[in-house]
Amino acid sequence: MKPYAGLRELTQGLRSKAFSTVELTQFYLDRIHRLNERLNCFITVDDEAALERAKLADQRLSQTDVPRLCGIPIAHKDLFCTKGLRTTCASRTLASFVAPYDATVVRQTSAAGANMLGKTNMDEFAMGSSNETSYFGPVSNPWDATRSPGGSSGGSAAAVAAGLVPFATGTDTGGSIRQPAGLCGVTGLKPTYGRVSRFGMIAFASSLDQGGPVAHSVEDAYELLRAMEGYDPADSTSANVEPTALPATHENLVIGYPEALFDGLDAEFSSAIDAARGRFEALGHSIKTIELPHVDAAIAAYYVLSGAEASTNLARYDGVRYGHRSGDQNDLADMYRSSRSEGFGLEVKRRILTGTYSLSVGYFDAYYLKAQKVRRLVRDGFLAAFADVDLILAPVAPTPAFELGSLKADPVQMYRQDIYTIPVSLAGLPGLSMPCGFVDGLPIGMQLIGKHFEEGKVLAAGMAYQQETNWHEQHPALGDESVA
Amino acid sequence: MALSQLSLDHHEKAKLSADLDSIISFIEAMNQVSTEDVEPLAHALDLTQTLRPDVAVGGIDRSAFQRIAPETSDGFYLVPKVLQQR
Amino acid sequence: MNSQWEPVIGIEVHVQLATQSKIFSNAPVEFGSEPNVNANLVDVAMPGALPVLNEDAVRMALKFGLAIEAEIAERCVFDRKNYFYPDLPKGYQISQFASPIVGRGELDVHLDDGSVQSIGITRAHLEEDAGKSIHDRFAQHTGIDLNRAGTPLLEIVTEPDMRSAAQAAACFRQLHGLVRWLQICDGNLAEGSMRCDANVSVRRSGESAFGERTEIKNINSFRFVERAVNYEIDRQIDVLESGGVVVRETRQYDADRDRTYSMRSKELSDDYRYFPDPDLLPLQLTADMLEAVKESMPELPREKLARYAQEHELPPATAVRLTRDFDLASIFDKTTDLGGDAQLVANWLLGDIAASLRREDKTYAELPLTAQQLADLVKRIHDGTLSSTLAKEVFEFAWSTEDSIDAIINERGLQQVSDQDELTALVQGIVDSHPAQVAQIHAGQTKVVGFLVGQVMKQSQGKADPKQVNALLRQMLNI
Repeated sequence: MKPYAGLRELTQGLRSKAFSTVELTQFYLDRIHRLNERLNCFITVDDEAALERAKLADQRLSQTDVPRLCGIPIAHKDLFCTKGLRTTCASRTLASFVAPYDATVVRQTSAAGANMLGKTNMDEFAMGSSNETSYFGPVSNPWDATRSPGGSSGGSAAAVAAGLVPFATGTDTGGSIRQPAGLCGVTGLKPTYGRVSRFGMIAFASSLDQGGPVAHSVEDAYELLRAMEGYDPADSTSANVEPTALPATHENLVIGYPEALFDGLDAEFSSAIDAARGRFEALGHSIKTIELPHVDAAIAAYYVLSGAEASTNLARYDGVRYGHRSGDQNDLADMYRSSRSEGFGLEVKRRILTGTYSLSVGYFDAYYLKAQKVRRLVRDGFLAAFADVDLILAPVAPTPAFELGSLKADPVQMYRQDIYTIPVSLAGLPGLSMPCGFVDGLPIGMQLIGKHFEEGKVLAAGMAYQQETNWHEQHPALGDESVA
Repeated sequence: MALSQLSLDHHEKAKLSADLDSIISFIEAMNQVSTEDVEPLAHALDLTQTLRPDVAVGGIDRSAFQRIAPETSDGFYLVPKVLQQR
Repeated sequence: MNSQWEPVIGIEVHVQLATQSKIFSNAPVEFGSEPNVNANLVDVAMPGALPVLNEDAVRMALKFGLAIEAEIAERCVFDRKNYFYPDLPKGYQISQFASPIVGRGELDVHLDDGSVQSIGITRAHLEEDAGKSIHDRFAQHTGIDLNRAGTPLLEIVTEPDMRSAAQAAACFRQLHGLVRWLQICDGNLAEGSMRCDANVSVRRSGESAFGERTEIKNINSFRFVERAVNYEIDRQIDVLESGGVVVRETRQYDADRDRTYSMRSKELSDDYRYFPDPDLLPLQLTADMLEAVKESMPELPREKLARYAQEHELPPATAVRLTRDFDLASIFDKTTDLGGDAQLVANWLLGDIAASLRREDKTYAELPLTAQQLADLVKRIHDGTLSSTLAKEVFEFAWSTEDSIDAIINERGLQQVSDQDELTALVQGIVDSHPAQVAQIHAGQTKVVGFLVGQVMKQSQGKADPKQVNALLRQMLNI
């Protein structure tokens, strides 16, 4: 068995009985146990239940009506609620929280046959771009264990990059799927806001959060998206739209190139992007230089809006009905304050405090409302650009994977990690992150952005690119490649 | 801090106050953009609320909910005594 | 009250809407269940749970808006009101702050003196109720029951248009009647289905600026509204007359001691940080929905009032009383549709029937008498089959059986003696057996005829028609 096999190969192997689901599951579980100590991708591994489910999958495989992803191992970011298996959000406050229900995404991927091996590490409450804010410790980048995998879906991206699981779910609020996918050399998609149900997905910033797939290839990301997406009456912000479909034939598209965004990148980085540009042209697409205004204001607005939403989304962690309750409680005010102060880490507190501040009387207009107005300008800027182009090509992150600890001291530098992804989030657009080269031996990614609900076009362009290139088939040396 | 029911230890206070200036100037980048006559935008997509039919679903498993609660008794969630307001 | 001072009062009424399920979750709305059995994932604010708006809550709010001819917001937004309290599981309440679904409207309030006052309704908005904190059950703890959490509320806010406690109570009563009329609330005050907050201030007579106000929270009866507001008016006047200032604050009414007292709670903050709930999208009312609600509207009290005066020529006071209660007006309509004389039906409904209901602690909705029974009863009075005495007897039987009025009359032989021979024989018998009284009458004491009529009625067990008996007696005695 090969740790980096794609979905097609795994499905064929299972259906032709080249290996059983139990064997496949055991293979990945073994790999997780060998490598997780080093990488810390998983917060919880569900060996026993995964093997039980694998046995059932093997039975189903010999019946008719086999679900599409039957027996394929999957990992869920640890903010998707899983009934009976703890969901921590990488926070002390939920360190032993076992949800009494499954998130819609979990229910749907299970119904499609995918077999959950465990829950992946992340930044606490998805607040971070380095995976260092996790209560369960940082994740290491499989390409260089001293470096960050990015965040907040760092555990999912690193787990896929290290071949611990063929694909995983992630969530993206301001870049939390795309940036770690870029830093780990894997493929990740943030769908259009509303395409994937948020029910059971623990909220960071409700108007921005969106679940999406992390995989080895665009093809696999699409397959996982198909299992995750769909209208959900339990989520008011879920969009009742047609499922994602790839265009039937190749289309020659106009790809927007926001030149100014690439200015700050260093030479090696730029040349990788230039090469990708050339590749798209070779595929029949044309490139059109465009402008995307207000990028700096966008990240500030994002920080204000996401913080404001988070400050009240996290008010429910009060130690009354679930989660951490401090032992130090003389009265109710004590209980609240101690439970929350012990339960949340520094970054979460920072965001709650700034978010509370920007919503409070006297600051509301200057911060919160101002940010919402900037949001409109940013979105309208994209909509205007999309009048002339079908897709937009952009970087994913300003640098390859950075040293763990190097940005920790400076929150603003950390927030700037998401400078290319945040505007897309504010506009609610789909953004695909896929590898496009290496800088100093570390993978870098690029982003293809589409119009609302035009994931099909984005994915088709990405697939065509990956048919012509093999960046996505590069894997880190983990000293573990002899297996099977 | 009262509004957010959080308290910070010495280390956290020092760290946060050190960061505060850079965070504020970072946020002030918004002011480079004129937003006169711009309507605030709460959601990126101009969708409207869907409604749910008024159908009640009972049979809620209280014990499953309260198994994960810090402290319960007789079906109630318990908190330190709130002084009655009189 | 001191006439140098003028009270200014506005009220806010929280109306629990009569939906099956909660406003943002599909958990049942039920009063009196075991704690926390009606609180689902959404109501206990489980991580990842999301709100979805109940369409009937919206419809009910619209009904109210249409009933007071208010401005209806075609597009409105739900906001989060943020504060920490253990029975507020999310740490915020979903409410409407900036854009209420129902805007400015007017309510005609009928006062006890028969006059009508038009009270401005500032707005009415949808929001969710909190759970309940139980303070007296556990020694060291407060117990939290979230069954009520998420119950849909319509918060109705009036203009400060009232100038007396009686007006405030009448306004609360009028709203109570209206929401029950619209069938959007069960109106059960004892179970907290409607709760009234009163904003009270006083100013010197003739001044135009308002004084500083206090808010009395959660008053749950008409009588208590009047008493609480009166207490508060007197208290504020005392404070001002002794040179003090009224402090803007929230107060609670203690019915046992008949006073208000200040509620100072450090848990409740003043800065609620309202902002649009990002879990919900703007509510856009469709023309179809509005049209459907319009079609579902019952005839309104003021419309009925006008019709009763015109169609039935009822005195205004009677019409007002009939239109105070939806079920009362309904049975009145049904009975008159069946041919019952309007004035007689009204008399019965507001007289004997009201008294019997009160005695049995029942509402008009629980009236054991059918409209058909009532219509027939009134008909038999009208056509002389029943005397008023007999009618009351028949009514008592009708109250406890489903038999038709005619069946009751026949089975129990309660019809008036209308056979002329029988009646003559009866009267003759009394004349014969009372020679002394007959002599008195002949001596000019004609009042004694009344005594003889009484004897005949007694003899006939009330079945004789007293008018006929009287005439017969006079004929026989030649007076």
